[in-house]
Amino acid sequence: MKLSKQDIEHVALLARLELSEDEKDSLTGRLNQIMEHFGKLQELDTSQVAPTSHSIPLQNVFRHDTAGRSMTPSDVVANAPESRDDQFVVPQVVET
Amino acid sequence: MELFQLTAHELHKKLKSREISALELTQSVLGRISSVDGQVRSFVTVTNEIALETARAVDKQIAGGGDVSPLAGIPIAIKDNMCTNGVRTTCSSKMLENFIPPYSATVVEKLAEAGAIMVGKTNLDEFAMGSSTENSALFVTHNPWNLDKVPGGSSGGSAAAVAADEAVLALGSDTGGSIRQPAAFCGVVGMKPTYGRVSRYGLVAFASSLDQIGPITKDVTDTAILLGAISGKDSMDSTSVDIPVPDYTAALKNDVRGMKIGIPKEFFAQGVRPEISEAVMKAVEALKALGADYKEVSMPIMEYTLPTYYILAPSEASSNLARYDGVRYGHRSKHSSDVMSMFMKTRDEGFGAEVKQRIMIGTYALSAGYYDAYYLKAQKVRTLVRQAYDEAFEEFDVLISPTAPSVAFGIGEKANDPLEMKLADVCTIPVNMAGIPAMSMTCGFYDGLPIGMQIMGKPFGEETMLQVAYTYEQNTDHHTMKPGL
Repeated sequence: MKLSKQDIEHVALLARLELSEDEKDSLTGRLNQIMEHFGKLQELDTSQVAPTSHSIPLQNVFRHDTAGRSMTPSDVVANAPESRDDQFVVPQVVET
Repeated sequence: MELFQLTAHELHKKLKSREISALELTQSVLGRISSVDGQVRSFVTVTNEIALETARAVDKQIAGGGDVSPLAGIPIAIKDNMCTNGVRTTCSSKMLENFIPPYSATVVEKLAEAGAIMVGKTNLDEFAMGSSTENSALFVTHNPWNLDKVPGGSSGGSAAAVAADEAVLALGSDTGGSIRQPAAFCGVVGMKPTYGRVSRYGLVAFASSLDQIGPITKDVTDTAILLGAISGKDSMDSTSVDIPVPDYTAALKNDVRGMKIGIPKEFFAQGVRPEISEAVMKAVEALKALGADYKEVSMPIMEYTLPTYYILAPSEASSNLARYDGVRYGHRSKHSSDVMSMFMKTRDEGFGAEVKQRIMIGTYALSAGYYDAYYLKAQKVRTLVRQAYDEAFEEFDVLISPTAPSVAFGIGEKANDPLEMKLADVCTIPVNMAGIPAMSMTCGFYDGLPIGMQIMGKPFGEETMLQVAYTYEQNTDHHTMKPGL
């Protein structure tokens, strides 16, 4: 199945990437090339194989609910592109 | 010999006996950086002042008596995707160009506690995505053996820094070969430990089920020392494993008698150049002469690992990199009007071409209707890869293969051929998928460039790998070669 430029635009929106027309064109080509490569996996019958998400068995990790060291609010916002009163400033989200 | 040329274990003896001070050593390494880094360009940030200040503090401690840790006073370079409190951590991306972490990665904390001296942060392919360090959004790093060649990637800055004697030790991170392949290209030792051996807290996440931090050093002994210093369970990383950390230096025995080595033939196909296969097999013969036994083994599933990796890694990356939204840290576009355009433009401006491409692949592979065909399928193939290794390790103590299919290629040579570039990782990728440990060391030279041999081990079998590597090193002299910078 071939990806069209419209597919690329849809995926870019899901990924929150604003792409230029040039980028859309080159990505359409490259993604199709790479997807074709992925097709090779269909040669393998994996119907009886369980998936591996991590190479070591992972378990839930529990700990006691005790307070530890944490960052100050001013440290937390220190890298923010815009902040005010120890809060992140963003464009308006809710309509007034 | 200048101080900056020595290994950590050699320098430790001199520091312990007070023949030299940590300050002298640090000044020697910083001097080396200022004389060669204009050509090599390993470092994104050189932390001169912090290094000198730490060196003085270590000297005070040594003067005060007591134990001198094997890493006390030893200059080390850190890949710029590990958080360093108060020191810029860029991931070689415009997205994080001005990011100053408010905390340090666990490995960085451990090194500080051991008295190691951070001399700087090294260049990488943006967000560790690449095999040549050419994808750095900041600048290109050069191979110290030949400045027209790439240092490999993504830990190209760390490997080049150690090869050029700009650091005694370095840390890299490895998701599909990013420690081992640059170590091979730069003629140094690089190890990806078992998944879970080393805490990733504070490592900027790329593909969480594959990422691992590990040492890049001038010889095998230093790898054992540095591995011991960074390993162990960490409450801040729930994927770190609670298995005791052995004294890895105890595994450094010059003896491979009775050792069973598997030679997986698929690792010698897939575009591996004849000069590479020859050098690796010559090394295997040398190990045989020292008492090891080897046999060819077939692992046909390896043919499928490259496409599997290029589903798994971008899928996880697309999810991990969703956090770069221009709100809490990193770049924010100045041209946005509302919150949606802020996200879209911030990410367009902040990420480079390779990162965008991988986010797109991953987003597509995980999107509604495609999950089973791609990500789930890849996870199933991953099970088969792990099974193939488990089976092989029932018979063999270690597996040996080339680290990369060729020696370092030219800067710009593969930039426009993404599939060709990805082939550079064909021998290293399966290791991350299975979570096993592997290391690269030099086993010869071609055209004046180092050739890497990869030794793969059982899960948490780092000691066996180190023993094989140490024996080979003690009986050869490749590790004594230095680039003519």
